This record gives sequence, structure tokens and C-alpha cells, in this order.
Amino acid sequence: MVQGFLILLFCQLLGECLVTLLSVSIPGSVVGMMLLLVGLIVIKKVPDGLRSTSEGLLKILPLLLVPAGVGLMRYFGVLSAYWYQLLIILFVSTLVTMFVVAALLRLMSKEKHEEGH
Amino acid sequence: MVLWSHFQTLPVLWLVVTLAVFLVASWFNVRMGKTPFLHPVLVSLAIIILVLLATNTDYDTYMLGGQYIHLLLGPAVVALAIPLYDNLATVKRLLVPLLVGCVSGAIVASVSAIMLGMWFGLSDQLLLTLAPKSVTSPIAIAIAEKVGGFPSLAAGLVLITGAMGCVIAPVVYKLLKIEDESVKGFVLGVGAHAMGTAFAFEYGMVAGAFGGLAMGMTGAFTAFFLPVLIPIIGL
Repeated sequence: MVQGFLILLFCQLLGECLVTLLSVSIPGSVVGMMLLLVGLIVIKKVPDGLRSTSEGLLKILPLLLVPAGVGLMRYFGVLSAYWYQLLIILFVSTLVTMFVVAALLRLMSKEKHEEGH
Repeated sequence: MVLWSHFQTLPVLWLVVTLAVFLVASWFNVRMGKTPFLHPVLVSLAIIILVLLATNTDYDTYMLGGQYIHLLLGPAVVALAIPLYDNLATVKRLLVPLLVGCVSGAIVASVSAIMLGMWFGLSDQLLLTLAPKSVTSPIAIAIAEKVGGFPSLAAGLVLITGAMGCVIAPVVYKLLKIEDESVKGFVLGVGAHAMGTAFAFEYGMVAGAFGGLAMGMTGAFTAFFLPVLIPIIGL
């Protein structure tokens, strides 16, 4: 548990150091995730402590989002001014995204089938 | 009144409120058949904001306690590497279609949101907040913090996107006659992140696994891609 937490925090710290050094606007935690993934690929297994800690954290992930989300109360002004534009944007953009991805994947799986015949 | 103003600044009070409200919201969501429109996070936000407004508590005071929960988001994002690693065999086998799907999805999602936002004449900061809307919230919050959007608003927009995605996806499957479970899961993961992934599990384990995979890949790619895109479109 402690060991797992240490690995996660250490990867995040490394990530934060990297993005600061390179002065890029990528979140340090995302870089930490990539570093951990590379590390796991190198050692070819997930240490027991790391797995239990990570699964525990991922299980409560929705709860971890709540405090940031409560900050929405600061944006009532923006929301009341633009709520319908924002809803339209989210709807159209999500529809287009899903359509494009599904169409591309269908196209590629079809090509694969035809190659197979 | 003096007593309350002291009580209000106790971090543990807001920790208790957050956990209790979240448990009630989760229970309520299960009772309501797990509909994405009453997602536990959305319901929790609504209840906690109402409590704060009713007790005249501002966000900074709430965060005296809330910050300790928020702090765990960082290591939780790092932990997303484990499900990615577990699915490594699938990633290797289907590397090209998965990469094409996630890269095109991430680009279409943020570019289309930014373009529509520009068309509506939204402010630059709002556009930056909209850009990561298809990405899983912990990563979206981190992206918004980094590129100069509103992190909390980004979290809210991400959740609304997730709920919409669960409604839109079945329509898209019908239009394109998609029956492959892995494709269904992947589309949900790219377009509707964690909420889409949870929804994908309703189609089966394979769909759920592909959803999680798509969510992780899209999140990571968007985090690297947006800082490049933003100067190009002049934000």
C-alpha cells in the first residue's frame, strides 16, 4: 500500500519535474502515467502493492472529481450567459466525434476482412 | 452564529459532507437504473453546491477540506497506467486501428468544440475550457489548469459530454450499422471518457475493456496535442 503510493507519487513528481524543465503545458500527472507505463513494460509485471493501491484509487475516481466540480459554483455567471451555446457545442461535437471514429473503425475492419478473403 | 463561522472552517466538516453526499448520490443513481443523466458526480455537485449556497459558504472555505480529496487526483491519473498495461496485448495486436481511432477522435472532439465555440463568439478562456471536453475529467482538469481554461467548468462540461455521449452512441451505431462490441466500446471511450466506458460495460466485458483503453489513450494524446494545437489556432 505504502510502496504502491510511493511509486505513483514518485512518477507524478518525475512528470512534474519533466514538464517544468521542458516548460511544456502538459499535465505532470499525465507524463507520470506514461513514465509508469514504460516502467511496467520494462519490468514486465505490476508489483502487488502498486496494483492494490491503483485499483483502490481508480475505484473511487468519481469521488475524487467532486471537489473540483463543486468549483462550478464560481461560474454561474458564464453558465447562465452561455448555457445553450455550450450545450449545443457539446452535443454536436460529441456526435461528430463518435460518428467519425465509428466510421473509421468500421472502414478499417472491413478492409481487414476483405484482405482475409 | 460565531460557533458556525468557526465550524464552517473545519476541513473535516467538508470531507464528511463530500463523502456522505457522494454515497447518497451513488445509492440514488443505482435506484434510478444507473442513468448517466443522474450520474453520482453530477448529483453530488448539485447537492454540495446547494448546501454551500444555503449555508453562505464560499468555494475557498469548502476547499479547506475538499483539497485533500482533490490532491488524490494526481496519483489517480498516474494509476491509469495499470489498466493500459493490462491491455497491452490488445493494443499491440490492434495498434493501427486503435491509434487512428484515438488520434482522429481526439482531434475532431477538440477542434470541433473550439470551432463551434468561435462561431458562437465565446471568449478565449471558454474555448480553452471546451477543448478537453471529451477527455476523462482528471486529465481534463489538469489540461484546463495547464492551458489556462477554467478547471472546474471543464470538469462540469466533461461530465455533461459523458452523459450526452451515452445517449448519442447507440444512435451512431444504428446509423452506421455497427455490431462489433469492441468498436462500440472504443467509440464510447473516445467520445465519452469514463462515463462512456461505464456504459460500454453494459454491452459486455470486451466493450468495457476497449472503452477504458480508448479513454486512457485519448486522454494522454489530448494532453500532448492541445498545447501544440492552441498556438496554431491563435489562442
